Amino acid sequence: MAEAIDLKYIGTRPVRPDGVDKVTGRAQFGADQNLPNMLHGKVLRSPHAHARIRRVDVSGALAMDGVYAAVCGEDFPSEVGGSMLGEGGGDLGDVARNIMARDKVLYHGHAIAAVAASSLEIAERALHAIEVEYEVLPPVLDVLEAMEEDAPLLDENCFTKNLPEKPDKPSNIASVMTLARGNVDEGFEQADLVVEGEYRIPMAHQGYIEPHACTATVNEEGKATVWCCTQGHFDFRAATAKILDCPIGDLKFIASEIGGGFGGKTVLYLEPVAVMLSRQSGRPVKMVMTREEVFRATGPTSGTVCRVKVGAKRDGRITAAKAWMAYEAGAFAGAPMGPGCMSIFAPYDLENFLVVGHDVLVNKPKVAAYRAPGAPQAMHAMEVALDDIARQLGMDPLDLRMKNAADEGTQAPYGPKFPAIGFKACLEAAKEHPNYKAPVPEGAGRGVAAGFWFNVGMQSSAEVRLNEDGTVIVMEGNPDIGGSRASMCLMAAETLGVPYERINAFVGDTESTGFCNVTGGSRTTFATGLAVVRACEDIIGQCKSRVAATWGVDEDQVDWQDGQAVPAPGVNAEVTPMSLADIAASMPKTGGPMLGRASLNAQGAGASFSINFADLRVDRETGKVDVLSFTAVQDAGRAIHPDYVEGQMQGGASQGLGWALNEEYIYDADGVMENAGFLDYRMPVASDLPMIDTHIVEVPNPSHPYGVRGVGETPIVAPLAVAANAVRDATGVRINDLPLSPPRIVAALEGN
Amino acid sequence: MAEYAYSAPLSIDDAVGILEDHANSGRRAQVLAGGTDLIVQMRGTDREPRTIVDIKRLEETNRIDADGDDIYIGAAIASAVLDEHEELKRLLPGLLESAYLIGSTQIQGRATLGGNLCNSSPAADTIPAMIANRGACVIAGPGGRREVPVEDFCTGVGTNVLEAGEFLLGLRFPRPAPGTADAYLRFIPRTEMDIAVAGAGVSVTLDGNGVCTAARVGIGAVAPTPLIVPEAAESLVGTRVDDDALVAAGEACTAASSPISDKRGTVSYRLKVVGVLCRRAGAIARDRVLARGG
Repeated sequence: MAEAIDLKYIGTRPVRPDGVDKVTGRAQFGADQNLPNMLHGKVLRSPHAHARIRRVDVSGALAMDGVYAAVCGEDFPSEVGGSMLGEGGGDLGDVARNIMARDKVLYHGHAIAAVAASSLEIAERALHAIEVEYEVLPPVLDVLEAMEEDAPLLDENCFTKNLPEKPDKPSNIASVMTLARGNVDEGFEQADLVVEGEYRIPMAHQGYIEPHACTATVNEEGKATVWCCTQGHFDFRAATAKILDCPIGDLKFIASEIGGGFGGKTVLYLEPVAVMLSRQSGRPVKMVMTREEVFRATGPTSGTVCRVKVGAKRDGRITAAKAWMAYEAGAFAGAPMGPGCMSIFAPYDLENFLVVGHDVLVNKPKVAAYRAPGAPQAMHAMEVALDDIARQLGMDPLDLRMKNAADEGTQAPYGPKFPAIGFKACLEAAKEHPNYKAPVPEGAGRGVAAGFWFNVGMQSSAEVRLNEDGTVIVMEGNPDIGGSRASMCLMAAETLGVPYERINAFVGDTESTGFCNVTGGSRTTFATGLAVVRACEDIIGQCKSRVAATWGVDEDQVDWQDGQAVPAPGVNAEVTPMSLADIAASMPKTGGPMLGRASLNAQGAGASFSINFADLRVDRETGKVDVLSFTAVQDAGRAIHPDYVEGQMQGGASQGLGWALNEEYIYDADGVMENAGFLDYRMPVASDLPMIDTHIVEVPNPSHPYGVRGVGETPIVAPLAVAANAVRDATGVRINDLPLSPPRIVAALEGN
Repeated sequence: MAEYAYSAPLSIDDAVGILEDHANSGRRAQVLAGGTDLIVQMRGTDREPRTIVDIKRLEETNRIDADGDDIYIGAAIASAVLDEHEELKRLLPGLLESAYLIGSTQIQGRATLGGNLCNSSPAADTIPAMIANRGACVIAGPGGRREVPVEDFCTGVGTNVLEAGEFLLGLRFPRPAPGTADAYLRFIPRTEMDIAVAGAGVSVTLDGNGVCTAARVGIGAVAPTPLIVPEAAESLVGTRVDDDALVAAGEACTAASSPISDKRGTVSYRLKVVGVLCRRAGAIARDRVLARGG
């Protein structure tokens, strides 16, 4: 349990260890690995959104000068079992078929073959020499159409899971999920008012700046080394071993620096293909996606249709809430509708609710995790409905939420009772925030919404190595996306009692550090941080043991204070305290090198709640939205490095606003994405947004020694409804669908 | 790597000669100015072999003349250079703004008015502004020089009047009459780094009483080519460029447009917004004149 302890290092804002190399261009990212005799791999992609593969013949490519390898689906092991951990990796058989199609192509851009050649140009030309015969099938692109009985089927063996009885006919609905409590019909009868709406949100991409890239080399013994940009090299290694049917020990994965992931780099696309091409050619193979490939063939998040109905008493108390949701899974099952169902009502203490979710196959890329996967779409619907209730009741939207807020002891809609949580603290902080007290600027509108994410623990390992001079190495296995090395150093500094500057944190490869699950689920600072703290405690225990021996006292007669061993209170020994540096210097005489370690499966990741609000101005003639101010209030449990907590809040707000205002996958009738580039997939640029104001609330997580809650995902959840509610406030017109693009706003204002 | 030849002729005759030779022998040649369109195409969708004819070494493509009765801007002058030209900024503020809207600061160092024109995109930002300013294209070719009004230059999406052996030397604008100012506005959903959903350039000349004696209106991204809209100009002439006149000019722009629906906007949206932009740009141009005291 975290107490009100004096913290010396945690909560300070030192420069991150990886920062200078990143801003000067020295840091090595996925595409920066080059090896002698390296080949360049390229992927042939389906020109059809839905087709049966009659024949693939790569021999024409192999016959070309400069082409050293070519593979297609039938070169890969046919039966792949297991699943990929993390948020939305899904069934590994599906992952295998996603990275190289067999039998059918299921979306425009689906990988169908790959080549490796001595230059990129030759590799690209070789793709044209691959012969493929397709039997083109009609695609289904709309989630509601895909659910209809006569819709074209993506998978004839897909029978809806979780129905009371196994259906007798296949369907594009891969699974259904239901969550319920109380009696919603009775709840709606008690209500003084009921609001209802259907809300549609199209697919959106994570938009990480660094495209997927990897380099693989297979040696004479068949052992492969893979450099790649990934959120989790251990999980990539495990998935590659399954997909290629080889022992995990034959694979070594090295994570590069990562230019953004947001969940999208928890799943792999290129790595097993690069290993296959390297095996066949006997040379290293590098594969780098173009931006167009990233858009067409890597995981966006689900497009959704959410229908929500909420009933409330005149005093704002919610009496019943009901949601029906359909999530686009893309080509394979695994849309984040589960977390969507579990999160939609999570901030509220509800007596009666019913949520039904659907995971629906459509001829679009297989979705991947995107920051709080599933929650932004679902919670957009609920938070917009609540805004309508507040408006009808003439109630402050924060007061309405406070009236229904979950607190410690509330049973979450998804099962457990919440331990200490910070939702009410966020509501209070928002209400008191000067930005909320300030009047809404003339002509603008204000929107308010709540956000939530579960957070996860999962498996982590860490080693703490004491150097001869008393400096410390922290070794762990989570790619550093959001400043985690700095956070690990701070937690080690606090625990050991030595300055931040004397600690160096490294992200080891799969052979040089213990197993860690992906950097995802907002788990790294919590779970890997916990491992680092425990490894530091291990070192402290060893230090005390050595000092006890040196002093000739019992181990329990040595205490650890401010980075040094001191006699425990009441111990009458004529000794001088020994600092970590003193102990390190004496290591050769006291038993040799010291290495602390911890491996654990972390339990009790605390949920993180947020309240966001913003003032937006709408140009009624052009429909353009200007974000005048945006304020993010979020519970971080304890902010280890506040800069990076604020960075997560600001980044999530930026992504959420982009999704709310302009980002969307636009498809033509044949299932070809029309805006597969940053020009027309309109993410915000820096000048589109104001400085995002942040306010960190700290309600410590009882399951972490310093009270940490994950903070990386919650920030993207609330901005969608914040924008929708602010546009409603500014224009007087409720627009249910996103994005709130200028043409959509103009059409709505004109009454269409 | 595809085969590219590169030449950087030092005289207009040499440049024309190279282009003409290629045309006669059926080989492909393309003119390079800033390269912000061409090099992107060569690295992306169009990697076929060709000869690149770099016109940046020619005196006449690199000259700005803002002192005479006519203003001349060489086809290879970068936007960043225009933006630092105080006299041009005073004379043609809207035209310079249209050039400065394109791309990022880095792109500004290379991108040119001439390239924007010759790329002949319907959504090119500078073309409506050049039309509003009565621009003429100075073209060199085997038959010597000729001039074409900017509004007649583009013939379709990505096509223009340049014939075999011809290239653009520069743009000529009549020196704006006293009491004249221009403005250009485009609509994009973001603040920068985007392509116009619609654009409108307006130039107005006001007499000492604030009455409009001459006007020109050019619009973009609402038809296969940028358009001149004489009806919009006519609704301004004889007025004080007041709200009613501006609304009429905007309606004339809407009437002149024949846009498409695509990933950047719908037909109805573009029809509406081009009118709004004309109206707002006209008001800015008017206010610029009035702020100068006529």
